[in-house]
Amino acid sequence: MGKRMLSVAVLATTAMTVAGCGGGGTPDAGETAAAPLNPASVKGDITVLTNRTDLVNDGTMKKYAAEFNKVYPKVEVKFEGMTDYEGEVRIRMNTDDYGDVLLIPGAVAKGDYPKFFTPLGSASSMRAKYLFTDRTNVDDKVYGIASFGTANGLVYNKALWKKAGITDWPASPREFLADLKAIADRTDATPYYTNFKDGWPLSDQWTNGVGSVSCDSRASDKLAETDEPWSKGSDLQVIDGLLYDIVHGKLSEKDPATTNWEQSKTLLAKGEIGSMMLGSWSISQMRAAAQKAGENPDDIGFMPFPARSGGQFCSTLVSDYQQAVNIHSDHKAAARAWIDWFTEKSGYAATQGAVSALKADPMPKTLEEYVDNDVKMVERSEKRTAEVNAIDKAAEIGLNQKDYRQKLVDIARGAQSGSLEDYFDELNRRWSEARQNAGS
Amino acid sequence: MPRTDSTTSPPVPAPRDARPVKQHAGRRAAAGRSRRERTLRRLTPWLFLAVPLALLVTFTYVPVGNMLYYSFTDWDGVSPDRNFVGGENYAEVFTRPELLRVFAVSLYYLAASVVQIAIALYFATVLSFDLRFRNLFKGILFFPYLINGVAIGFVFLYFFQDGGTLDSILSWFGVGTDHAWLGDPASANISLAGVSVWRFTGLNFVLFLGAIQSIPGELYEAAQLDGAGRWKQFRHIIAPGIRPVLSLSVILAISGSLSVFEIPYIMTGGATGTSTFVIQTVKYAFQFNKTGLASACAVVLLAIILLITWLQRRLVPDERVDLV
Repeated sequence: MGKRMLSVAVLATTAMTVAGCGGGGTPDAGETAAAPLNPASVKGDITVLTNRTDLVNDGTMKKYAAEFNKVYPKVEVKFEGMTDYEGEVRIRMNTDDYGDVLLIPGAVAKGDYPKFFTPLGSASSMRAKYLFTDRTNVDDKVYGIASFGTANGLVYNKALWKKAGITDWPASPREFLADLKAIADRTDATPYYTNFKDGWPLSDQWTNGVGSVSCDSRASDKLAETDEPWSKGSDLQVIDGLLYDIVHGKLSEKDPATTNWEQSKTLLAKGEIGSMMLGSWSISQMRAAAQKAGENPDDIGFMPFPARSGGQFCSTLVSDYQQAVNIHSDHKAAARAWIDWFTEKSGYAATQGAVSALKADPMPKTLEEYVDNDVKMVERSEKRTAEVNAIDKAAEIGLNQKDYRQKLVDIARGAQSGSLEDYFDELNRRWSEARQNAGS
Repeated sequence: MPRTDSTTSPPVPAPRDARPVKQHAGRRAAAGRSRRERTLRRLTPWLFLAVPLALLVTFTYVPVGNMLYYSFTDWDGVSPDRNFVGGENYAEVFTRPELLRVFAVSLYYLAASVVQIAIALYFATVLSFDLRFRNLFKGILFFPYLINGVAIGFVFLYFFQDGGTLDSILSWFGVGTDHAWLGDPASANISLAGVSVWRFTGLNFVLFLGAIQSIPGELYEAAQLDGAGRWKQFRHIIAPGIRPVLSLSVILAISGSLSVFEIPYIMTGGATGTSTFVIQTVKYAFQFNKTGLASACAVVLLAIILLITWLQRRLVPDERVDLV
């Protein structure tokens, strides 16, 4: 009896396993989610997935929806905020039910976009209107519109830097290190804060500097063409070398293992931290933290990566999450209407102090200093991002993950054995091996 | 099939006896009824079992089956397409040097669990004798186990922080230390293993205490009359008496130290050489999108734990303990 029951159970399990693997068919992929011409005719309920739980909870998103309803009265917009956006959505994407409008999770391979999302328009028409269309361009169709863009650079406390006797932006990594040294010598502040424990401030916040150093919009694409991204003088070598030197020179916090992101905002505002490598998105958060701590929000400054190319500072402009329409959505027109309205009319990017995805919009207030000082904005090309990511994943380096830079910091402070040269050699070797394997 | 007579009331004769010896025409109706009754009776336990079995299959065996299936594919966790790659993932699991390295981290936790069992055994023995504030001490020892692992992670993060609780306490004793506890691999792993001892000692303690208290009291009395001291009582009464629980604890300790996850993941995220096998698996699956490889890792871990359990049962067979 026991044996027979066992085999029945095994059979049932297998059957359900196999059934679970089937997955639904892909609907017609050719159809484009076009912007509706007559707003009054669009109807349907749409669900918008977002990572901004804060804006969902404090009712800001509802206000946006109310504004939207003034133009599109027959569309009802619902929001689903998720704290662990990446983790939850990538699992939901195994089903058909992942909202009508969603932010494209980083885990989805670019080649799979046509299976998950509805094309929003041809590459040429989208490129004329929006920034960052390369990123979701598959076979000359664009699948996403950036919610906003962010410029690469360092947030710093102006008052503190002035106190240390520094008035000009450092123009090279060496000058930057000298400035941090001056802060360490003349003040009690921690010149640089790595946020090692939380880790993400060591990930793409630093990697986005690829392109800032060489002032080349294709710097990131070129990673797909090189066997040695960490060779001498390359963007990544300069960036990671700078991080190494900061930590090695004891210019960062004493105990990186117990850093705290929320706390770091207040510490920067109070002038207890000198600088942090973060995108321009962080400026408004830092200023808010300064206000809360009773400090002057105008003390929060933003400077480009300390490197000049042809006598000019450069800063890469990269896209944040891109909004897309679910291919299984029943209300594609309504979904597209929401994306267009949210990008163009809501004023969301401006409120966030971020760069609008619309080419016609001016730079936000937070980047005034960049505009005044003629920092050249370099829109990062994403033509070969898919290839770069494939190599990166195969090599298990994780350019946009925290791990490899955490190890770099560990080596720099002597917590793990090894030298910087050996580590760069190892990274280069892994990259070239993965490139050969991923390319074949 | 286990008989579940207790669920079938009133106590009627077993169905087999109720079967008519011969099928007479006049008794056909009665025979039909009794057959129906018989099927119903045989079905009853399964009807009761249907719901738990369905839940068990849906939430345990189907996912495990899926995992087995994924481990033979190159699935990235999102894409609707996946290719069958045979044993490639398994070959990779066994040829990757970094996976060997993370197993070395488990040794810290294994060593810690020896300490943990020793501490738990000591306190269980001491508290099994009549002591003042016995229940208070029991509560204090068991309390950490009741706290959520994530909360423990955060609490100890502050504890080990530069200038945090541990440093303050040490400075009261004049030991001014500038040591970053989670700063280098050895110290970080020892600290994390220490947290795990703090958390799980309570569980071992309760298991041991329960086993010790099930030993009849007159044995101690008899031993005392024969002039046996506390140590001899422990050596000859308690130790053999709790052997099954002890061996269970050892299995739990080994499988636990191979699959450590919560505490290091929350406290260090696997940085600074504190990555464990499970953290590494999570990284494969969710950072590098290698769901196939990660599934293979999980299957291998399961196999290793089953193997260890089996070996342990072979080496230390579970005999019936007979003290009297």
